[in-house]
This record gives sequence, structure tokens and C-alpha cells, in this order.
Amino acid sequence: MDLPVSVLLFGITRDLTGQSAISISLNQDAQVRDLLSQLHQQFPALAGIRSLLVAVNGEYAEPDQLLNRNDEIALIPPVSGG
Amino acid sequence: MITITADPIDVAAAMVYLQSDQAGAIDLFLGVVRDNTQERPVDRLEYEAYDRMAITEMEKIADAAQQRWPILRYAIIHRKGTLKIGEMAVLIGVSTAHRADAFEACRYIIDTIKQTVPIWKKEVFLDGEEWVNAHP
Repeated sequence: MDLPVSVLLFGITRDLTGQSAISISLNQDAQVRDLLSQLHQQFPALAGIRSLLVAVNGEYAEPDQLLNRNDEIALIPPVSGG
Repeated sequence: MITITADPIDVAAAMVYLQSDQAGAIDLFLGVVRDNTQERPVDRLEYEAYDRMAITEMEKIADAAQQRWPILRYAIIHRKGTLKIGEMAVLIGVSTAHRADAFEACRYIIDTIKQTVPIWKKEVFLDGEEWVNAHP
């Protein structure tokens, strides 16, 4: 567990966790899918969301994208603008 | 012009921005807060945005629209915060030489915003609240 990252939360993910940002520690070489599985373990309520995407540095990220220490990471629950 | 704002949307200012001597058509879409969802009375809406990413995603949509239609000017203004019934949540404006392009580009922009831009809407009912689209 040597990759500390901070994850921004919006909308329902903020309500379900009670936090607007979560600090989490991942293994070196962690991918987006590893982050999601750890968040699901820590906050089982997130499983009730229709779909949960991850943005890295302001762009939608694929499950196999590698995470780095200074990335700006955000959870993106289903959008509903307009 | 792409903006996310906590202040009321200024339609007149957007109109001035959209005007061009080459424009024969200006299309405006105004999204407003209605008083019900499937007959359940709504008290207000709360909009939240991941501002930085929302702006870049809206830029991508505007760029794609400009590839497809000969757009002279466009305005995309999205409100955030707490909005009451009748208040304007979003303004999309497009000016083009001819009306068909303006209609199509305007519709494309608002429809795509609803799919990809990280902005979230919570409906606050008289008897509860719900993030739109969040649950299966």
C-alpha cells in the first residue's frame, strides 16, 4: 500500500459516503479498476449506483488506466445535467 | 462561450453575444425547472458540477458540433446551486446562416450534455429527495 491518492466525490457518492473527498492507499501500479474495487469494499452502498465511472485529471478513464501519485481522481456517478 | 455559474442566467446578454451579421438564424434552448416529475411534486432542484471537467467536456461537445454544422457563434451556460420552480438551469444558443443548422446543432449540444458532462441534479420533493439517474 504505497500509493496514496485522494478521490473527489460528487452527487450521490458524496451523500452515500458522507465525504466530499476520500484518501485511500493503493498498491503501486494500481489501475482504475483496483481503485473501484477498494472503494466498493470500503463503502458497499456504492454498489447501488447505476454506473460509476472514474475521471483522472479531468478525463474519463478506462478500467485499465494506471494511477499516479499526483493524479486528480474523481468518482463520476450517472450525470444528469441540463 | 461556455460558462458554469451560480448566478441567474442572463438571456439578453447571451443574445447579444450570439448575434452576427452573417447569422440568419439564432436558436435558443432554455432548460427550466418544472414543478413535478412523473406527477410527484417537486419543491426545488439542486445542481452540482465538477467544474473543471464539466467545462472541458462541454468544449468537446462544442468542438464536435462545429465540425458538423457551420456554427457562427455558440453559448453554453449551465447554472449550479439551488434552483426554484421556473428558474433557468441551462441555456444553449447557436447562431448560423440558416435555421436548419441552428436547430440541429442546438439539439445536439443539449442532448449530448445530458450524456457526458459531469453535472448532477437532485430533485427535492415535498416528501424526500433523489439524485436523478443515480439508481437502476
